[in-house]
Amino acid sequence: MPRVALTVNGKAVTAEVEGRTLLVQLLRENLGLTGTHVGCDTSQCGACTVHVNGRSVKSCTMLAVQAASSAVTTIEGLANGTELHPMQEAFREHHGLQCGFCTPGMVMSAIDLARHNPEADETQVREWLEGNLCRCTGYHNIVKAILAGIKAMLGNAPRGKSAKSRGTSS
Amino acid sequence: MHDFKYARPASLAAAATLVKKGGADPVFLAGGQTLIPALKMRLRKPSTVIDLAAIKGLDGIAEKKGKGKDKGLTVVVGALTTHAAVAGSKLVKARIPALAALAEGIGDPQVRHRGTLGGSIANADPAADYPAAVIALHAEVVTNKRSISGDAFFKGFFETALKPGEIVTAVNFRVPDKAAYMKFAQPASRFALVGVLVAKFGAEVRVAVTGAGASVFRVPDMEKALAKSFSAAALDGIKVSPKDLNSDIHAAADYRAHLIGVLAKRAVEACG
Ligand SMILES: Cc1cc2nc3c(=O)[nH]c(=O)nc-3n(C[C@H](O)[C@H](O)[C@H](O)COP(=O)(O)OP(=O)(O)OC[C@H]3O[C@@H](n4cnc5c(N)ncnc54)[C@H](O)[C@@H]3O)c2cc1C
Ligand code: FES
Ligand code: FES
Repeated sequence: MPRVALTVNGKAVTAEVEGRTLLVQLLRENLGLTGTHVGCDTSQCGACTVHVNGRSVKSCTMLAVQAASSAVTTIEGLANGTELHPMQEAFREHHGLQCGFCTPGMVMSAIDLARHNPEADETQVREWLEGNLCRCTGYHNIVKAILAGIKAMLGNAPRGKSAKSRGTSS
Repeated sequence: MHDFKYARPASLAAAATLVKKGGADPVFLAGGQTLIPALKMRLRKPSTVIDLAAIKGLDGIAEKKGKGKDKGLTVVVGALTTHAAVAGSKLVKARIPALAALAEGIGDPQVRHRGTLGGSIANADPAADYPAAVIALHAEVVTNKRSISGDAFFKGFFETALKPGEIVTAVNFRVPDKAAYMKFAQPASRFALVGVLVAKFGAEVRVAVTGAGASVFRVPDMEKALAKSFSAAALDGIKVSPKDLNSDIHAAADYRAHLIGVLAKRAVEACG
């Protein structure tokens, strides 16, 4: 069986996997990181979104072996102890969730947007969420939360450095 | 998903050796955004999956001056270049903004972070976006064995000129004077219900249509009319026959035929 070595939430990890093992299976089943959800398993819903080398990807549509030598960040890697990441805090503050199933993917996707387009306006946030489906909220509060979360991430710029290294290890 | 042997060769030569040794059915893996869903559905059951990711020199974007009588500029895009990299490339935005916009319109951000140009054209989905660019932008598809004219690359429904074991290494897109891509996205999948790319090279105009037929095709009547007068009005009255176009739960053939006319006009207008 292939052996894969990678970094997950800043920690070096090695695991024995099958060729067909998906990254999301490695995270959930081997590492117990069940914050990353599987909503569809058909590459549509984005509940499984994680960061690989700093970019959001669908972990149900990537083999674990493809992540070899990469730095992976999951929803569990964002908070600093009990202090939530500013984007998580914004989702709480703006009621950006109902059942919470889509939320880990939404937050991971939103942080990627914040890093790469901190100027994003409402339309761009909505476009960015093309790959993240929510069956509860109607998206409105998610968009509000993301706009606020982006501002908070920018506002925290000096601390943002540490928020950044917490958020994604690349 | 059935299990398979996973290999990650470091060179094209090593990949070719693996193909030879791989039995009847090795497949290449690039971004996995088509292959992994197909493996999950057991549409494909390869014994060996050959990941191209570790092969150097298969990604990146550069420009190249043509040689001899063909002095035109081309933009060379490596096969493993992701849709996001093409969409964000300063060079592509400066030379062929229509190509950057096309890449930006593929799927969603997470698909664009993984999916690649080579994977898209090798797969030849009838509703994929890149085939329209390969045809309209006079592209040349470079493989580990030869170079294939874009016009001869797509052979039909999910079918290309690639031989078993042949690897796309890059695509050379010719830089047009003007070009624009207009897509009517199927609202659930984001693939093209119909996509039309219009490109002008001096006196020549190319109109390529994806999503509407079994494979990408050109519309010679539109090309002739636009070569005479490059304006949306020049397309008035030109009808595309719905015969041989796709009909499915998303749209009937006559609707697709109608969309080709609408999108072609919009593309010409967007060319400015
Ligand atoms: C949710 C979703 C939405 C999408 N929306 C769109 C869309 O709107 N428009 C669109 O065009 N596409 C869309 N796609 C498809 C996407 O663009 C894929 O990335 C692309 O079709 C395949 O590229 P890949 O790199 O992921 O290839 P893979 O999935 O890795 O491979 C696909 C096929 O190509 C072969 N292959 C890969 N690379 C090479 C190579 N270099 N040489 C020879 N053979 C090769 C593989 O063996 C395989 O058969 C979507 C996909 C998803 C999951
Ligand atoms: S579980 Fe990965 S996209 Fe839905
Ligand atoms: S909050 Fe329930 S799916 Fe989004």
